[in-house]
Amino acid sequence: MTAMTGTVAAAGTVGASRTRMEGRAKVTGAARYAGEIPFADLAHGWLVASTIARGRVRSVESAPVLAMPGVLAVLHHQNAPRLEEFAGMLGPDPTIQILQNDRVPHVGWPVALVVAETSEQAREAADALVIRYDQEPHDIAFSAQHPGMYTPDDSPLLVTETGKGDIEAGLAASAVVVDEEYTTPEEHHNAMEPHAAMARWDSGRLEVVDSNQGPFAVAQDLAKMFSLDLASVRVRSEHVGGAFGSKGLTRPPVVLAVMAAIVTDRPVRVVLTRRQMFSVVGYRSPTAQRVRLGADTDGRLRAFDHQAASLTSTIHEFVESSAGIGRVMYDADAHHTSHRVVRLDVPTPSWMRAPGEAPGSFALESAIDELAHKCGMDPIALRARNEPAVGPVSGLPFSSRNVLGCFEEGARRFGWADRDPRPGAAREGRWLLGTGTAAATYPARVAPSTAAVTAEADGTFTVRITAVDLGTGARTALTQIAADALEVELDRIQVKIADSDFGQAMIAGGSMGTRSWALAITAAATELRAQLALPGDIPSDGITARSDTAEAIGALARQERHSFGAQFAEVAVDVTTGEVRVRRMLGIFAAGRVVNPLTARSQLIGGMTWGLSMALHEEAIRDQASGAHVNADLAGYHFASNADVPVIEVDWVDDPDTHDPTGIKGLGEIGIVGAAAAIANAVWHATGVRHRDLPIRPDRVLLAGSRGC
Amino acid sequence: MALSTSTTITLAINGEKHTLPVDNRTTLLDALRERLDLTGTKKGCDQGQCGACTVLLDGRRVISCLQLAVAAEGRAVTTIEGVADGELLHPVQQAFIELDGYQCGYCTPGQICSAIAVIEEHAAGWPSAVTADIRPEAGPPPLDADEIRERMSGNLCRCGAYVSIVRAVAQAAEAAWQAPERQDSRGGSDAAASARTAATA
Ligand code: FES
Ligand code: FES
Repeated sequence: MTAMTGTVAAAGTVGASRTRMEGRAKVTGAARYAGEIPFADLAHGWLVASTIARGRVRSVESAPVLAMPGVLAVLHHQNAPRLEEFAGMLGPDPTIQILQNDRVPHVGWPVALVVAETSEQAREAADALVIRYDQEPHDIAFSAQHPGMYTPDDSPLLVTETGKGDIEAGLAASAVVVDEEYTTPEEHHNAMEPHAAMARWDSGRLEVVDSNQGPFAVAQDLAKMFSLDLASVRVRSEHVGGAFGSKGLTRPPVVLAVMAAIVTDRPVRVVLTRRQMFSVVGYRSPTAQRVRLGADTDGRLRAFDHQAASLTSTIHEFVESSAGIGRVMYDADAHHTSHRVVRLDVPTPSWMRAPGEAPGSFALESAIDELAHKCGMDPIALRARNEPAVGPVSGLPFSSRNVLGCFEEGARRFGWADRDPRPGAAREGRWLLGTGTAAATYPARVAPSTAAVTAEADGTFTVRITAVDLGTGARTALTQIAADALEVELDRIQVKIADSDFGQAMIAGGSMGTRSWALAITAAATELRAQLALPGDIPSDGITARSDTAEAIGALARQERHSFGAQFAEVAVDVTTGEVRVRRMLGIFAAGRVVNPLTARSQLIGGMTWGLSMALHEEAIRDQASGAHVNADLAGYHFASNADVPVIEVDWVDDPDTHDPTGIKGLGEIGIVGAAAAIANAVWHATGVRHRDLPIRPDRVLLAGSRGC
Repeated sequence: MALSTSTTITLAINGEKHTLPVDNRTTLLDALRERLDLTGTKKGCDQGQCGACTVLLDGRRVISCLQLAVAAEGRAVTTIEGVADGELLHPVQQAFIELDGYQCGYCTPGQICSAIAVIEEHAAGWPSAVTADIRPEAGPPPLDADEIRERMSGNLCRCGAYVSIVRAVAQAAEAAWQAPERQDSRGGSDAAASARTAATA
């Protein structure tokens, strides 16, 4: 294995593999997720979702339903508690201003909640509830040519456009030009644990158990929406069954549970059905991306243009930032990137694993492969020729950038040197074989967090931080980080997470969690050690040190901070059925300091598995007439199953980031970036046919094959 | 005569008898989770498409969301809570921890129950869709990675832990083969040896 990164003290635990702290609880069924904690007198809420794509609710005929057995309440826009409009983490969020008016902005919009004694009763009553609508014509047809396309304003999440030089002149002066459109479909997170929330009043406090990525942020939102003191709201999320961005914001189930608890004065649980998850918890917008590359015959880029189009809903603007990736990866004298978006009568998209970079890398890394072929160059050599010295757009230095190290190590282990570059050259019976590669990158960001570390009288230490473990291994990694910061053995540390009472902390998202939380824990531990160095005994309630990293983060030097990687894939394409099988994948990453190699490998493999799934399987389809999904379940929306996934190998190269005290960059997103492009490039190498539309379905392979190439 | 919408049933779960009235519409999954506080069995889709709710019914794997509780009366149900031998974890559970065959853990109870059944189905000589030679005299195929992938494909994992799940099932199968009673029941030790080699390949 390649050398581990960062400096690890001889006695340190960071950098050593540890099985998960909650492993036993997870394999014995003892770990309880949000919908699984028992409460006396619990009532069950069932969401009723709109069946029309645009219009108004004319009436909710609740009387017959209220007479059904066990039904306690029917909440709708005329009787539900009023919500304050508020600005959350990302400004106002109309997607959770639910049951407030009669507008219906898309199919699946919450129009009522039925509350009953049991879930069976609630479900039957919800099915029986008649809602009448005044329907209006809708438009759900996405394309880059849609007349409603507009250029969004910059926001904290998005720089809409960047540009330097003259693209048209650059392209005209280029000996080799690639100008193609790439598309990716609507994709859904589909965490295995459906979104669930329980709310109840407990001695004047609102107590919430919710499946989310940031309990403090959710507590803040609920306090504002329901006009409560933040101190009188507590949100916990001890175990979360996957999230991938879909639980990154306050979502309808928790809002509905709180409303129902207010109305019924009982604990109420609301759990989404799998079908409902397709409409109210975000998804990845379809994208249409035009990439124009102009280069000299030696592969050096003269012109770089990436234009990305995506959709959003009529109530809220979210832009899939697919064109951002080229601002980091490649430079050219003429360099443009831009985003446009169109408002349609569909649910609001949101962050989904590597938002922007996942679809953006499919388009860009496919185009780079096309350029390499046109230049008659090896695609790795072409990338090496275009390695920028500083940020292509910002001009800032990279904190570290070891993408070439990834390609070198990956090429060696994958056996790239033996590859016959000609497409369609390798055949095994009815299978055509090919290999492909692509680059990966994802920003390494950090956000302010607070933490508390307590030295207990019995010689142990308790860490409290509102971190969340979505399956990332955060609980274990933070224990290792605390052990090293305190220079004690792991078994003397107890890390408590996922309770908003512990105070503000970054959410588990954007590959920022571990780095942000590690900074806060390390700061509190350092402060605690200073206090412990003073003479005196530890009192019975221990000694606690607290940290807030806002200032330290504000003082970090401005740099281009990113993870990088190189993806490799081998595919077999069945010429008779059009089936594509991935035979093996290899990902080599330069992702800063790796805290726990065991769980890090799992996370990276998980990301690459998503890339495979994106390349070949995933696609949500809407019916134009109704505006509704035709495949909103796990049979119709196929994501990779066990038999789809081959051996996937992952490793990493040295990537010391000396400017950051933790050296951590985050691993949640980078695994998916470039993976779909590597597979698409391998399919081209196998067949000689370029697939620019995902997923690469058998019918597309057959159709392309029959057209000849 | 009023139609009764509930029935009092007795379920034998993890070797313990539970008598309870259930709404006739209650699935075995909801009876376990909502009525008996056995929340280890997970609900990922409630419509038979994900495998998260897998339990063993009379020793065979079933998806409990498509099973009515009233229909499980008198049958032996094993859930994830009943898989370990007291404090001693089942080899499949142990392998999932050691090889990190999970991330969020939500699909894990279903994966583990499925894996236990896979190892037994294989030992009993059941072929799968990828078994090359399905003649009875061919004996069980080696439980190699492809066989495990195929047989475990009814259990979705959105975290993408399949690579480690396959390794964990192979390691646990290996442990099962090495258990003496298993070798006895298999008869020929040659077949046992070849299955062992395949599982670790
Ligand atoms: S919950 Fe039973 S198969 Fe998904
Ligand atoms: S471990 Fe999360 S779904 Fe399998």
